[in-house]
Amino acid sequence: MEQVLLEINHIQKAYGTHVVIDDFSLAVNKGEVVVIIGPSGCGKSTLLRCINALEDIQGGEILLNGEEVLKEAKNISKMRQKIGMVFQSYDLFPHKTILENIVLAPIKVQKRTRPEAEKEAVELLTKVGLADRKDAYPRQLSGGQKQRAAIVRALIMHPKILLLDEITAALDPEMVREVLEVVLSLAKAGSTMLIVTHEMAFAKAIADRVLFFEHGKIVEESSHPKEFFTHPVTERARAFLKTFDYETEQNS
Amino acid sequence: MPNLGIDVLFKGKNFLRLLGGLWAAVRISLISVAISIALGLVMGMLMTSQNKILKAVFRVYLEVVRIMPQLVLLFIVYFGTTRVFGWDLSAEYAAIIVFSFWGVAEMGDLVRGALISIPKIQYESAQALGMTGLQIYLYVILPQTIRRLIPLSINLITRMIKTTSLVMMIGIVEVLKVAQQIIEANRRTSPNAAFGVFAVVFLLYFIVCWPISRLAAYLERRWS
Repeated sequence: MEQVLLEINHIQKAYGTHVVIDDFSLAVNKGEVVVIIGPSGCGKSTLLRCINALEDIQGGEILLNGEEVLKEAKNISKMRQKIGMVFQSYDLFPHKTILENIVLAPIKVQKRTRPEAEKEAVELLTKVGLADRKDAYPRQLSGGQKQRAAIVRALIMHPKILLLDEITAALDPEMVREVLEVVLSLAKAGSTMLIVTHEMAFAKAIADRVLFFEHGKIVEESSHPKEFFTHPVTERARAFLKTFDYETEQNS
Repeated sequence: MPNLGIDVLFKGKNFLRLLGGLWAAVRISLISVAISIALGLVMGMLMTSQNKILKAVFRVYLEVVRIMPQLVLLFIVYFGTTRVFGWDLSAEYAAIIVFSFWGVAEMGDLVRGALISIPKIQYESAQALGMTGLQIYLYVILPQTIRRLIPLSINLITRMIKTTSLVMMIGIVEVLKVAQQIIEANRRTSPNAAFGVFAVVFLLYFIVCWPISRLAAYLERRWS
């Protein structure tokens, strides 16, 4: 029996009368990598933001290890420490060096000692190939480097699950790979991740499960990503995936 | 070369008196600036709150400060309130009250502007790391706000220092008043003293304000 880590039950999210997420449910097992794809504006990012309560929900519940994630709850800071998140735009703190960015939360939030936090930060930075840039400021780094640093900043909190919100969407093409390789190595190491992406090849390579999401609902779900990307069942998913495929377009 | 009349400054204790006057002006500005920065930060944070009543109160406050000439405020506080409420307010306290009243409003508005210019994602990424509201302010938002504030607030501070020349109108003997006294006293012997003495006053203001603007330039360079 696999252990369910994240459980989303019938959540509802609306801005006024505009429903963004409609009765959405999902269970993510420990060690599982779930990739969410879908057209822009379909509510994928909003979904991730609901999971760590950056957005409030109008109905349903989100449980991490059986504990509810609730925006106004007293334990929200504790819960968020267990949910790592990396955003699309480079969201490092511009007034702090890379190392300071990474150790800020461990020291201030988790009350760890500076030497211990810095030691782990350097270890993690070494893994993503940024150890020599630890004293640089975010503005001195390329987009890909900043995004790798942002991943380290999330990792050092030892989150149970990592939410990646289109982390390569704002990057130059040649920097996409260096970031995705970091994510691939995390998946290999057994991290639980929920990934929103437009990189289909990457999604195919990393996903244990794929969700095709549109208008706040799951249109198609597949535990066989290879199968999904080559032979999607629904017409809508087929049409969506086709927009990424130039060869078939020309051959047909 | 015409006689510039600087020589009167070397008579007796004239130059020391002038420096004493400068200190009176600087003391009033320093205290007011310190109050303005401290309360301005708090006010700026409150101004970004969603509370409609609070916002309306600050709007009115800011408009009053902007529209009302500082001199009128000084007169109201020093001559007006002391009569009406019968309290014993020294001219220096009155000046500090007026300059702080002005500084807090303008500083608050600058802080508000700097705060809302910090992208929302900065708050969110700090939240996502489990930081509490206070921690986000202390470690993420305020340091960035202060960096953005430096050039703007330096402008305000130098304006406040310059405007302290108004306090002679409520009887405080500050640098400009001392200068006038010196010129008046030497009218017969050095009729040109007005030029020399006021030029030195100008130089003194420059000496006070210039390092502040250099400091701002230095900080801006270091943080940009």
